[in-house]
Amino acid sequence: MQMNEHKPLIVAFCCNWCSYAGADLAGNNRLNYPAEVKIIRVPCSCRVNPMFILRAFQRGADGVIICGCHPGDCHYTSGNYYTRRRMAMLFSMLDYLGIEKERTRVEWVSAAEGAKFAATMNDFVATVTALGENKRLEDLRCKK
Amino acid sequence: MQKITKNQLLDKAAELLDNGTVTAVLGWQKGEFDYDVTPALFENKEELFANFVWNDFCGANFSKYLIKHTRKVEGKILVFLKPCDTYSFNQLLTEHRFDREKVYAVGIPCEGMADIDKVKAIVGDGISSIDCGEKIKVTTIYADAAVEIDGKDVLEGRCESCKSKKHVAYDELLGEEGDVLDSNRFDEVARLEAMTPDERFAFWQNELSRCIRCNACRDVCPACTCEKCVFGNPKSGVENKSPANSFEEKMFHIIRAFHVAGRCTDCGECSRVCPQNIPLHLLNRKFIKDMNECYGEYQAGAEVGSRAPLVNYTTEDLEPGEVFDRRDTDA
Repeated sequence: MQMNEHKPLIVAFCCNWCSYAGADLAGNNRLNYPAEVKIIRVPCSCRVNPMFILRAFQRGADGVIICGCHPGDCHYTSGNYYTRRRMAMLFSMLDYLGIEKERTRVEWVSAAEGAKFAATMNDFVATVTALGENKRLEDLRCKK
Repeated sequence: MQKITKNQLLDKAAELLDNGTVTAVLGWQKGEFDYDVTPALFENKEELFANFVWNDFCGANFSKYLIKHTRKVEGKILVFLKPCDTYSFNQLLTEHRFDREKVYAVGIPCEGMADIDKVKAIVGDGISSIDCGEKIKVTTIYADAAVEIDGKDVLEGRCESCKSKKHVAYDELLGEEGDVLDSNRFDEVARLEAMTPDERFAFWQNELSRCIRCNACRDVCPACTCEKCVFGNPKSGVENKSPANSFEEKMFHIIRAFHVAGRCTDCGECSRVCPQNIPLHLLNRKFIKDMNECYGEYQAGAEVGSRAPLVNYTTEDLEPGEVFDRRDTDA
């Protein structure tokens, strides 16, 4: 990797019951995923308030990914169905405001899918690195 | 321009006050100028006859005022509702924000309200008086003769794409009932969607950077009825205008639109009150359009007790990625 290449900051909201365990499994299996991904554990993907996502961008994140249980497998029965609607609407709105749609993503990763977790993160980081720094939603006051 | 006259409204209000059906009337009164008509609560007939106003500038939606006044006033309140106001009225009932028993709703027809900025564009500054009849007669301090304007030429933006002339809630109706209209209200959203992301960003940067964070859109919005608002929190870092950055405005408006998504009846009050003329309704309409296309047609407030798309789900919903693809394949 070249020295001058921009290293993105990625925030991953991971559901405690599936994706977070999926990340653990990826680690146990010695699967590589980029260190730029900062995982935030949430009790359910529907815990993620739209404000969290905008706040992440405000504080300098270049991409935000939300990982939850596969539809139908929610620990709380229906949380991820709500996530699906909310995030579809929010991301569509961000796109409407001209924020690159590749910076936001929702993926369903179960606790058994360590390989999928690593592959998803590698792919997402590569996509966001290609886009470069997030200039459109950053707040200069929050940058060091 | 309005088909119903002020005297008809006054007669109805006086009749209901006299026979004890209501103890107060929620109506409009003159503000500083003839055109800034403000909502007012009249608790007796003298006040009512002295100050009540009904003209082409009575755009204010009273639904939200009912929350405050029904808690304060003993007995029933008479409220005049235009067709678009009745949707907000129903939506607030759905959310149990006020007691239906404490309100006597009189539906009144509306021919569309006038936009003072469009009037000023025709007559210029210095408006001294406005007389609304069949035509809008505007007198300015610079001209001897009054200028006559057809109300249809100075319609508010939201009235040009009026979604309904039908009242969805009332105890009594004055005048004739209209129909739900086949409005073109999503055309402008579609025009923005067709732009490239860079063009859209430039458009919104230009619009939202004018925001002065006066919070008028939030305060007037019939869907924004939280007792405590997340944007009232000084620790949030986005509670007021920052001179350094344009981020707050985007944050505020995205989150505000998201909070009312599925509950917004598209009454257009946000854009009407905006002192900077930001087309805020385009954000709300985007959510309405997306929800209509992805989760089925839904009009907030069309009936009491309906379940909004964002507090509901089906197992067959589109994935967030597919919501984008839907547009890409359409284009």
